[in-house]
Amino acid sequence: MRKLALICVVMVLAFLPPPLLGEVDSALLQDSVTVDLPEPPAPPGNVTATDNPNDNGRAIRVTWELSADDTTGMKNVIGYRINRAEARDAADSLWTEASDILPSGTTEFIHSGDGEEDGPDYFAKNYDFYYRVHALTADTFSVSAVVGPVQAKDNWYNTGVTFVLLFVALFIILTVTFVRIARKGKELYIRPLAGIEAVDEAIGRATEMGKPTLYILGLGSAADIATIASFAILSRVAKKVAEYQTPLLVPCYEPFVMTVAQDTVRAAYMDAGRPDDYDEDSVYFVTSSQFAYVAGVMGTMIREKPATNFYLGMFHAESLLLAETGAMIGSIQIAGTDQIAQLPFFVVACDYTLIGEELYAASVYLSREPVLLGTIKAQDWAKAVVVGTILAGLLARLLVDLDFIKTVFEVSV
Amino acid sequence: MKRQIPMMILSTIGTIFVLAYFSPGLEELEKGGSIFFDVVACFAFFLGGSNLVRVHIQKIARHNPGWGYSIVTLFGFGLMLFIGLFKLGNPLGIAGAPTEPGSWFQIIFQYCVAPLSATMYSLLAFFVASASYRAFRAKNTEATILLVAAFIILLGRTQLGLVMTSWVPDWLSIAQIPNLAVFIMTSPNLAGQRAIMIGIALGVVSMSLRLILGIERSYLGSDS
Repeated sequence: MRKLALICVVMVLAFLPPPLLGEVDSALLQDSVTVDLPEPPAPPGNVTATDNPNDNGRAIRVTWELSADDTTGMKNVIGYRINRAEARDAADSLWTEASDILPSGTTEFIHSGDGEEDGPDYFAKNYDFYYRVHALTADTFSVSAVVGPVQAKDNWYNTGVTFVLLFVALFIILTVTFVRIARKGKELYIRPLAGIEAVDEAIGRATEMGKPTLYILGLGSAADIATIASFAILSRVAKKVAEYQTPLLVPCYEPFVMTVAQDTVRAAYMDAGRPDDYDEDSVYFVTSSQFAYVAGVMGTMIREKPATNFYLGMFHAESLLLAETGAMIGSIQIAGTDQIAQLPFFVVACDYTLIGEELYAASVYLSREPVLLGTIKAQDWAKAVVVGTILAGLLARLLVDLDFIKTVFEVSV
Repeated sequence: MKRQIPMMILSTIGTIFVLAYFSPGLEELEKGGSIFFDVVACFAFFLGGSNLVRVHIQKIARHNPGWGYSIVTLFGFGLMLFIGLFKLGNPLGIAGAPTEPGSWFQIIFQYCVAPLSATMYSLLAFFVASASYRAFRAKNTEATILLVAAFIILLGRTQLGLVMTSWVPDWLSIAQIPNLAVFIMTSPNLAGQRAIMIGIALGVVSMSLRLILGIERSYLGSDS
């Protein structure tokens, strides 16, 4: 009888104009709406929230078991959403969305942020948080139990890079050992590099011809290791150039690189005992636009016709444009880069090319200082260790197929 | 002292960066170092701009070869600086970004700088042709191998390569030129690239150690 009365009231209400609805008993109205709500899915089970390992304390790892209606049951779960609050019994309005909608079948989410306190992604360290997981269907949802408190904490060691640490330790031991051997006066043999041995000859040629030497540091920033290696070579080249009293031109792509290069060349001229010959404008800024830089340097090449060109550093598509122009004007060209894609261009267009690591070692070759040679010798031995490890790992996988061989070399950053 | 201070800065920052790789707790310190670098680099832009102006004014004053180009350079530099600083034609006024669509700065970039850059880039096609002509001469064994490999890959990437060897039976499919080209790229070529990459990685570690330990300091000049 009560149900019949309720249905009658609902029908009458449905035909009433909207302003009149406000006068109806709201409890009665809620009852009538609840009747039509779809059935929520089963909530996700066994929710856990733990500090994410191997990170900087700005992430929490949340895991859960799939809702019983995800792949089984009603199969109507379309995804999951993670909520976070600062108190277990926080009101619904205080729970914030920690994730977008994650696809059905997902059982893990890493909620991460950064340390910028005013930023939108700020994630506090060592602070209690509570999490809950929503299972969503097309028109309703269910909520898991609340888990927490959990804190994101700094991890002072990343266990995923243990193998790298071991290798670096081995490398340091090898370096220290060979440096000590070199300091004792033992002569260390390292294979000669044709490109390096040609440096003196190339600068000498420029001197004889009365033409400048052009040194290009590439498009890298001062923080790139190839550019840093190039600074070291520039120092040796500039010293020789100063001794031979040949003009030097260093067009730069980056202002910061230019300032470091100016200091390097100035110091080299002082070392050569010719500080007065140093012209600050010989190291100059062209532009930070790639092809405008190419146009500028090509113009310099065609006008000045340098006898010797050095291309040492980080290069991209401009490598061949520069090297071919140099080849056309008949310069001796020595190139070196760690950009594998550009190496073939340099090999084709230049007289000598330093391949990858040879660029880093070039300044050592030029100085021939025993201590520096020790580091190169250590590098050679490390290379032998790497090759040996690869072969041993390959054989171990092929012959005994041990899983731990695969996992021992895994690195997760 | 002029050498010691830069070396101390380099060793300290370098050590922090290395430790941050192994210790996530130090990542924020590492980020601080990167921001510091960016701040210093910003100041270097003023030095770059002033150097550019000084060098080109000198070229014009001395009537060095190609001094006319220096006038163009200075004009372009001044024009872009003026338009960029005062946001001329910017639909959002002085508050808008210089690269706002419709601003004069953006228009000049889009219709002058970008096409000129594309023109320079397109020259690469002709340079590749002239470089290939020089490189692909069978002067010795290595050059001959290079020539043959390049020829196979060139053919393998075209329809002609497929047509030429389509008669080869499936059990000898490796001899089909497209498959041969794929084999060259994925086996000998990739192996060589990986060998170079391993060398580069070790070289980076070695170079970094030399710098952090202060063994390599040639870029700072000698002690004298």
